[in-house]
Amino acid sequence: MPYVPHTDDDVRRALAAIGVDDVDDLFADVPAEILDPPLDLPEPMDEVALLAHLDALAALDQQAVPTFLGGGVRRHFIPAVTPRLAMQGEFVTAYTPYQAEVAQGVLQSTFEFQTMMSELTGLPIANASMYDGASAVAEAALLAVRQTHRETVMVSRAVHPETREVLQTYLWPLDIDIEVVDLEPSLTTPVPAVGDHVAALIVQDPNHLGYLEDMPAMAAAAHAAGALLIAVVDPLALAVLREPGSYGADVAVGDGQVLGVPMQFGGPAFGFMVVTDGLLRQLPGRLVGQTSDVDGRRAFVLTLQAREQHIRRSKAKSNICSNHQLAALLATVNMAALGPTGLREMAEGTVRRAHQLAAALRAAGADVAANERFFAEFVLRTRAEGATVRRRLAKRGVRAGVPVPAEYGIGNGVTLAATELTTDADVEALLAALHDVGELGVVGTEVVA
Amino acid sequence: MSDFPLVFERGAAGRRAARPPVTDGASMAELLGEEALRADPPRLPEVSELDLVRHYTQLAHRQFSIDGNFYPLGSCTMKYNPKLHEDAAERFLDLHPYQDPDHAQGILALLHDLQRDLATITGMDAISLQPAAGAHGELTGILMIRAYHEANGEGEQRRVVICPDGAHGTNPATASMAGYDVVEVPTGPDGEVDIEAFEAALGPDTAAVMLTNPNTLGIFERRILRMSEAAHAVGAQLYYDGANLNAVVGRARPGDMGFDVVHLNLHKTFTTPHGGGGPGTGPVGVKAHLAPYLPVPLVAREGDRYVLDAERPRSIGRMRSFYGNVGNLVRAYAYIRTLGAEGLRRVSSMAVLNANYLRVKMKEAGFTIAFDRVNMHEFVAQPPAGMRTLDIAKALLDHGVHPMTVYFPLIVKEAMMVEPTETESLETLDAYAATLAEVLRRAEADPAYLAEAPRHTPVRRLDETTAARKPVLRHGFGDL
Repeated sequence: MPYVPHTDDDVRRALAAIGVDDVDDLFADVPAEILDPPLDLPEPMDEVALLAHLDALAALDQQAVPTFLGGGVRRHFIPAVTPRLAMQGEFVTAYTPYQAEVAQGVLQSTFEFQTMMSELTGLPIANASMYDGASAVAEAALLAVRQTHRETVMVSRAVHPETREVLQTYLWPLDIDIEVVDLEPSLTTPVPAVGDHVAALIVQDPNHLGYLEDMPAMAAAAHAAGALLIAVVDPLALAVLREPGSYGADVAVGDGQVLGVPMQFGGPAFGFMVVTDGLLRQLPGRLVGQTSDVDGRRAFVLTLQAREQHIRRSKAKSNICSNHQLAALLATVNMAALGPTGLREMAEGTVRRAHQLAAALRAAGADVAANERFFAEFVLRTRAEGATVRRRLAKRGVRAGVPVPAEYGIGNGVTLAATELTTDADVEALLAALHDVGELGVVGTEVVA
Repeated sequence: MSDFPLVFERGAAGRRAARPPVTDGASMAELLGEEALRADPPRLPEVSELDLVRHYTQLAHRQFSIDGNFYPLGSCTMKYNPKLHEDAAERFLDLHPYQDPDHAQGILALLHDLQRDLATITGMDAISLQPAAGAHGELTGILMIRAYHEANGEGEQRRVVICPDGAHGTNPATASMAGYDVVEVPTGPDGEVDIEAFEAALGPDTAAVMLTNPNTLGIFERRILRMSEAAHAVGAQLYYDGANLNAVVGRARPGDMGFDVVHLNLHKTFTTPHGGGGPGTGPVGVKAHLAPYLPVPLVAREGDRYVLDAERPRSIGRMRSFYGNVGNLVRAYAYIRTLGAEGLRRVSSMAVLNANYLRVKMKEAGFTIAFDRVNMHEFVAQPPAGMRTLDIAKALLDHGVHPMTVYFPLIVKEAMMVEPTETESLETLDAYAATLAEVLRRAEADPAYLAEAPRHTPVRRLDETTAARKPVLRHGFGDL
């Protein structure tokens, strides 16, 4: 079923109109030696067989069990109304809104998205979304290089390791240097000495291990050297935490998965970038602006496209073309559904559940890191390697434990995350599983893999 | 006429549509410290659930879509997005990217098999599913080429990427982002790359050649094998922009044409929804000599289990977090498994049949065809002398159908780039041609007809100049 409507009669009628005898005549420009190679693909399946096949695959994957995984993606409350509204066919099967007269649905909802991201971050100008948080950080670093004409960026080691790897990939061909700031024993970033060769200081708050950073001091250190502060933020946390605009960040970037996008094994969610007025002309990606139509009605349109690849080609600010519109729409509808109160309750529930979890673990004899200033996740030192702990817990029906990489110098450990969805029963399941695998400080317990 | 409200202009303070589970306990100031907290809450909407439903349903009704009507944007492959694929994707929503891989063997098997099948379809040796979009795949591919040249000691020498003048804007933008200079080569009178100019542009400084085949005029580059030989003869790498793969999918493979790297737009050829601008998905395929440079991680098979292989020392690194736009990868997998090889051949065959049929019908309706010859999945037309493409596009909106891509490629004046795709019936194409003829007839009878179009759309022509000169990029809440 290739979703092709043509009957044999249709094909004959079309060929006659075109004036050729056979469909293959339309492929005459393709060199004969490369036309129609044998393709070793699986036999086609009908709808019932396909879904049965996918069900069999999905059954091999742990889903819908107590979950304490973070590291950039978390399971949060998504009300039923959010996907029902955002995943309407008109939004799902629309193209980029180049014909504004018939694309007000996408354009206006994007304008609403830009407004909400501006409100959350306290900075005035949000673009229409990026691929993900990691590539948004890389694009923000390039923005800072363009703005300052400096060729070094400084990044905290507590910025997500994958984000720093993406940064490295993007900056390498342009010969831009990266200086890494090492952490203090509190697992937070010391205020670094920023040189006047630095385009931007990049700090994540809460950081990759979950802890809050001293962002006002970071802003002061960056600005004293004429560098930008790029704040990598968790947008849900901003329902309670101080917003980047309040402490002088020049750019706020991050990943929007926590705002209403299913985890989906890590994608697609969306990245966002919000900047000060002075950085507007350097901003990559699509922007929606308000204007009016010939009858004077308010309307929305893609604007300032002279920054973009389809106009500027090799002189564009970025090659970015697609955004992650549909995921951003999920977040827009979700924030509108929850409102300021609901979003705050989710953030507060996350903080309370995470702190309750840490307290319960300590009470059970687990080695929880000492720093108390964390949002959704924190570090648990473990006896076994982090990945081993995670696998042993998974065998006991609990998804928990993002391994802490060796670069943090704490030995074996994992981060554990809670959210407003975490229940007392989930916590009991985690404690029982940790006890089972010998990570709760019971002396002499032998671990069974 | 009143303005359609923003969601911020609906509702009232204290309302809301959804309530999360609430956890009582210590205050945020006690847990995190007063200095860590924000002073004022974000001004988010406060609406009831029914207000919310009506707002986003009415907005949906103000949005053109494939589900609603014919959407023949050239170069965009606006084919039907099967509903079945949405059901397929829902089976994998609750997977966390960092869950233990031994407890994610189903999704890893799916991704592994998708890597294998996309390699088969493109004629390449290895695939990365990581890139988030076509342009992201382009950057991935060009960075791999750069790493390859550097490993061969030719990084300093090879500074130039060659693109045809008809190339998608992302091609030169990508080359710049990868630190390369761009040289454009002209299109010849037959609509194909000027082969003499192309061969003259090639040299020891050429890092890569970026091509689309069929090209952006919808014409297959008949000299592609000669071009790839010439590029390889000077040590350049050949990059395939997969935007137009729908023309040949199942029937011809970039790998067999001589390409070293290819990116695919799964949101075009493989039916993942465009979503109003994204998320796209842009896997990259390479020949074996470039495989060591693929981004990490790849999904690999070790014995009877699947693993995420990040131990690849010559890799260019990561292009994004995690493994790719997995929700879309599941949809593309469902498509390939539904069609099989024969189904894919029928896709490109009928896409090309439809495009040629509509070309003939538009010619009959009074349009000029740029480079008039048998085309592949799309073609470029021009309006009658004296008429502007933009005006015709706006008039089409009043007839409930979507215009073609306008003013691209840049090398054709008043370009109208039309791609009907294989999922449209001949009746739809006949109706579109008839609508186009009607637009021309009315335009000739009444000069004001085009200038005032559209009349019946949710809003009419917009003041784009003011939008750009005095940008208003967020709601003002009455205080800006």
